[in-house]
Amino acid sequence: MKLLGRILTYVLLTIAAFSALIPMWELFSSTLRPSGEMFSQYLWASHPTLENYKDLWELKSPNYIRSLFNSLFLACSGVILQLFFCSLAGFALAKYEFKGKKVLMGIQLLTVFIPGAVTLGPGYQLMYQLGLVDTYLGMLIGSAGNVFGIFLFRQAILAVPDELMNAARIDGCSEFGIYWNIIMPIVRPMTGAFCLLTFMGSWNSLLWPSMMLQNPQHHTLPIALSSLVGLYSQKYGMMMAGTFVMVLPVIVLFLVLQKEFISGLTSGAVKG
Amino acid sequence: MRESSTFFKKQQKLAPYLFVLPFVVTFCIFSAYPYLKSLTYSLYATSGPKDAKFVGLGNYQFLWGDLDFRKAVGNTALFAVLSVAIQLPMSLGLALLLSQKWIKGVKLWRLAVFAPNLMGQVAVGVLFGVLLQAKFGLVNIGLAAILGPQWLDQKWLSEPNNVLPALVVVTAWMSIGYNMIYFLAALQNVDQELIEAAMVDGANGVQRFRAVTLPAIAPVMAFVLVTMTVGSFQLYELPRTLLGGGGPDNRGLTIIMYLFNNGLLSGDLGYASAVGWTLAVMLAAIAALQIWLSGTAKKDA
Repeated sequence: MKLLGRILTYVLLTIAAFSALIPMWELFSSTLRPSGEMFSQYLWASHPTLENYKDLWELKSPNYIRSLFNSLFLACSGVILQLFFCSLAGFALAKYEFKGKKVLMGIQLLTVFIPGAVTLGPGYQLMYQLGLVDTYLGMLIGSAGNVFGIFLFRQAILAVPDELMNAARIDGCSEFGIYWNIIMPIVRPMTGAFCLLTFMGSWNSLLWPSMMLQNPQHHTLPIALSSLVGLYSQKYGMMMAGTFVMVLPVIVLFLVLQKEFISGLTSGAVKG
Repeated sequence: MRESSTFFKKQQKLAPYLFVLPFVVTFCIFSAYPYLKSLTYSLYATSGPKDAKFVGLGNYQFLWGDLDFRKAVGNTALFAVLSVAIQLPMSLGLALLLSQKWIKGVKLWRLAVFAPNLMGQVAVGVLFGVLLQAKFGLVNIGLAAILGPQWLDQKWLSEPNNVLPALVVVTAWMSIGYNMIYFLAALQNVDQELIEAAMVDGANGVQRFRAVTLPAIAPVMAFVLVTMTVGSFQLYELPRTLLGGGGPDNRGLTIIMYLFNNGLLSGDLGYASAVGWTLAVMLAAIAALQIWLSGTAKKDA
């Protein structure tokens, strides 16, 4: 009976794992198939070719490779900017008493329940008035005030003992020095989780970038991929190659940050 | 020495203000201001960012009467209910399976189930647009092999009645692993002594789950429930890429897609704001209800 239960558990887990992985494996294997064999075999490429990637590489409109670099630039600089802004503010909210702290905490809670879609209209108007439409500066600075990030960092930094900070102060460490040399190394797991989440958020978003970035030279991968699908709906191999190119960097980043991600993601939610 | 120590005191007092400053400035300009502005903006009819005409509650009145909006609300609500009903038990179930002590390779199982979440809605939409095709798509090939050849011609994305179920299943494929991670972490914190005590008292698995595990993971469950619902109500990118828009008979039209098509695309930013606030009020009401319900459920347990 006990053995039967264990076997059943493993069977269910295997079904779940295969259901999750098979579509992703099919995505990868289909990119290696020649165009004639796209639907004549599945989950394998018996005559592997890079023809689909070559088509993608040579594509002029949308310029996929350029979009890849645009996305990389926007996602990486966005992560750094938000990391800095959010961890500093989260540190202040966790470890200091100051005027306006309660107001800030209240605003934090409030915005979680108001969907970002509310600000799409006036946000666009503001960007237009500031001359930031179709600029990366506008994209970056508009997303810098990430409320969710502050919540994550505040939760993580609350757990850091005050004695560590006081000991550093006695040794003559400045407040910024405490943030940089003590707090940030301790909350590294949270930092890893935050980086991955923020990267994915920027990397995968379509709605706001498609409003903001009008010049095709500025387009990010999700925009390029959707226009690829619209323009070349019959070139399945190239479509799949484009999708795989978009997914691969996130998978690599996840494998690098995996340990931090799982512990960082859950520490805030479970303890909070 | 004295000078440096007054500097030291000063920087200690100033530090928190300086630390929140970058966030507060960008937040006020690029989030708080648009939020507030959208409230008044929703009372205007606009064409493009420069031209605005006051219409009072006209936007809301029009919205209320617009059949497309009602359809979008209906689709989105049904999507949210079905998504929660499928994802919540499945992600909790998988977490329960994986949190048994004798399981080997927990990290690998977890990685496999979580992997689809890394793809993002746009890539998932494009991939399943191909996988869900009739006759040639891998999904139908698989279904035909297991359930019989009639499944080969099953139309998922062009048959109105199948559009929403397809969206629900594809979203579940993406998101179950993500929510499972929260449940796994919560289950690790459940007091093992209580479970063992319940075993000594002769409680079976289901009784142990209801008496010990469920109350212990209730806060995380409420958190997952609320984020799942709020996320479901903001569905946009998946149907946009999977169906290329609202799909057949607009069965895949969601609230955000309606907002985009009827507000942003036509340049009526005021109308877009009115749609956004209507969604915000709906979400706040639902979240409050869910938190209240899980609060009373906790008291009962």
